[in-house]
Amino acid sequence: MSVLVGNNTKLVVQGMGSAGAFHAKQMVEYGTRVVAGVTPGKGGSRVPGLETVPLFDTVEEAVRLRGANTSVIYVPPPFAADAILEAAAAGVDLVIAITEGIPARDMVKVKYVLDRDYKHVVLVGPNCPGVITPGQCKVGIMPGYIHKPGGVGVVSRSGTLTYEVVHQLTALGLGQSTAIGIGGDPVKGTDFIDALAWFAEDPGTSAIFMIGEIGGDSEERAATFIKDNVNKPVAAFIGGLTAPPGKRMGHAGAIISGGKGAASDKIAALKAANIAVAPTPAEMGTTLAKLIN
Amino acid sequence: MKIHEYQGKQLLRKYGVPVPIGIPAMTIEDALAAISKVQQESGGEVVVIKAQIHAGGRGKGGGVKVAKNAKEAEAAVKAIYGMKLVTHQTGPEGKKVQRLLVEQGLAIEHEYYLGMLLDRGTGRVTVMASQEGGMDIEEVAAKHPEKILRESIDPATGWQDYQSRSLAKRLGLTGKAATELGKFMRPLAKCYEDMDCSLLEINPLVTTKDGRVLALDAKVNFDDNALFRHPELEEWRDPNEEDAAEAEAKKWDLSYITLDGNIGCMVNGAGLAMSTMDIIKFYGGAPANFLDVGGGATAEKVTAAFKLITSDPGVKAIFVNIFGGIMKCDTIAAGVIAAVKEVGLKVPLVVRLEGTNVELGKKMLDDSGLNIVSAADMADGAQKVVKAAGGSK
Repeated sequence: MSVLVGNNTKLVVQGMGSAGAFHAKQMVEYGTRVVAGVTPGKGGSRVPGLETVPLFDTVEEAVRLRGANTSVIYVPPPFAADAILEAAAAGVDLVIAITEGIPARDMVKVKYVLDRDYKHVVLVGPNCPGVITPGQCKVGIMPGYIHKPGGVGVVSRSGTLTYEVVHQLTALGLGQSTAIGIGGDPVKGTDFIDALAWFAEDPGTSAIFMIGEIGGDSEERAATFIKDNVNKPVAAFIGGLTAPPGKRMGHAGAIISGGKGAASDKIAALKAANIAVAPTPAEMGTTLAKLIN
Repeated sequence: MKIHEYQGKQLLRKYGVPVPIGIPAMTIEDALAAISKVQQESGGEVVVIKAQIHAGGRGKGGGVKVAKNAKEAEAAVKAIYGMKLVTHQTGPEGKKVQRLLVEQGLAIEHEYYLGMLLDRGTGRVTVMASQEGGMDIEEVAAKHPEKILRESIDPATGWQDYQSRSLAKRLGLTGKAATELGKFMRPLAKCYEDMDCSLLEINPLVTTKDGRVLALDAKVNFDDNALFRHPELEEWRDPNEEDAAEAEAKKWDLSYITLDGNIGCMVNGAGLAMSTMDIIKFYGGAPANFLDVGGGATAEKVTAAFKLITSDPGVKAIFVNIFGGIMKCDTIAAGVIAAVKEVGLKVPLVVRLEGTNVELGKKMLDDSGLNIVSAADMADGAQKVVKAAGGSK
């Protein structure tokens, strides 16, 4: 079992430029059912090396003609908000936005419209590595080979830290049910609580690892949610304990501002909810392993 | 992106937000000439001389002076221009004042706080206001959260006038000032939206004895992700306010922040880069920088990143921590080897590689003949680099 993506996923790739095409190939190699690509103006053509994937001008065609139910977005930042809304309007259930650097104003509008008109559509990201259900379906940019099918649900605000924890878990023999990168932007689709609720209900998920970072209060809210709603072992790590206030640490959302969003507050909230917090990023896997055994 | 107060006020004025009469000056001569012009335009003797640096807390640091007449104003200009202004945000080394704003003095009735920013919880822009203006609003927010009033902006309709009326009522504004707040808020909200601001802070927002509402200060930040829509803002960058290394990093599209430790870090991914700083600290060391080379870095970009790190004379050891996903370990190895060949290596270099093409990457480093300490994992690498930099502090 798994959440969000799996054997039933039929993927359309929006933005088949060099990055999109590269990752489309990787996803096909992993076994993901990539049914279409969309690049406006390129409809009817094919990308070399991806002859099995027809290109369309619109997502609507990908849904109607190829049965796409999930979209992944590699469209450049100025056009990414438009691409997300196009996917929702075309009728896919899940939109995974990889694009980094989308203006906050655009995402405010996207979130507003999704909440109003497309409540059934799940958005993951933007600015995230994507979602993978090991052995079944990879949607995004993560290296597939480090993953292993199993029972740990992973949810993370950071891309490379997700790889780090997955690698550690796999080395310890702990496979993953699904790994979800929710992204580092201040306005995003799926948040910790959404992912935690899916994992809590998923019979294929037996334990959860959560990776947070400085900025905002999602981790604090997640801690409360876990305490009240999750009966599976949960371990966590928070990045940015030593980040100085007022400096944006790469991710648009990773900043300690107005005395809020510090890692120490988040760690305290998680510990207060009886969640095991890894003391260093090198001990993420072992922290969860100890909890399970 | 941050801009100066005087630039922020120029922008607000353009949108029709009431601000005091003022003239910016880049030299002492311009500032002295501005005094009489501001007096003439405003019809009053009192002027305020304000140091223009990006950091807050200028008043407490002696960078803002109210002058009752031209003579006092001249003295204030001479005192503030060129001074090393130290505030809680500049660090102990302070910031040299090279720009001034000469502004009219106002007969102030009351000082309020007003801020606009994105509320991540709701995904909407929120206006925060308080009667406790002019002072440290973070302190007010921490001690008396009930004194911070909030109004959320609906993305479909934008700011509405009823919200101004509601805010005025709750702030205790009556009569002409309540109407004036509406005339203040509408263009302010439009400016935030149009210009892709990430922060618009008016602290203080003042009411005057004659019932006007004005922005006495203006802190304006823009969303870096939206700067492509506002190329004209490039003109407003002040090189004196930017860290030289951070500016160089921007050219290469590297995410770099200068810190005060002695261990240079090169990492891929923001979360891993932050965590690398954390684990260095955990083992008793101190990072000299935050550096995320990003996912799609080329060997050239890695070389540029390496040069940035080695250009910091405080760096006593370097830690390269890479988890290759899309970024391949052999690309990193090639970049590091090229960089070392070009700029030399005067300090110990610890490299931890994991992920795509890791074996090839490790072999390239081994075969390069360079004096590289390889690390088995993140913890091993952090311990080795802390030791190499002179042990834990």
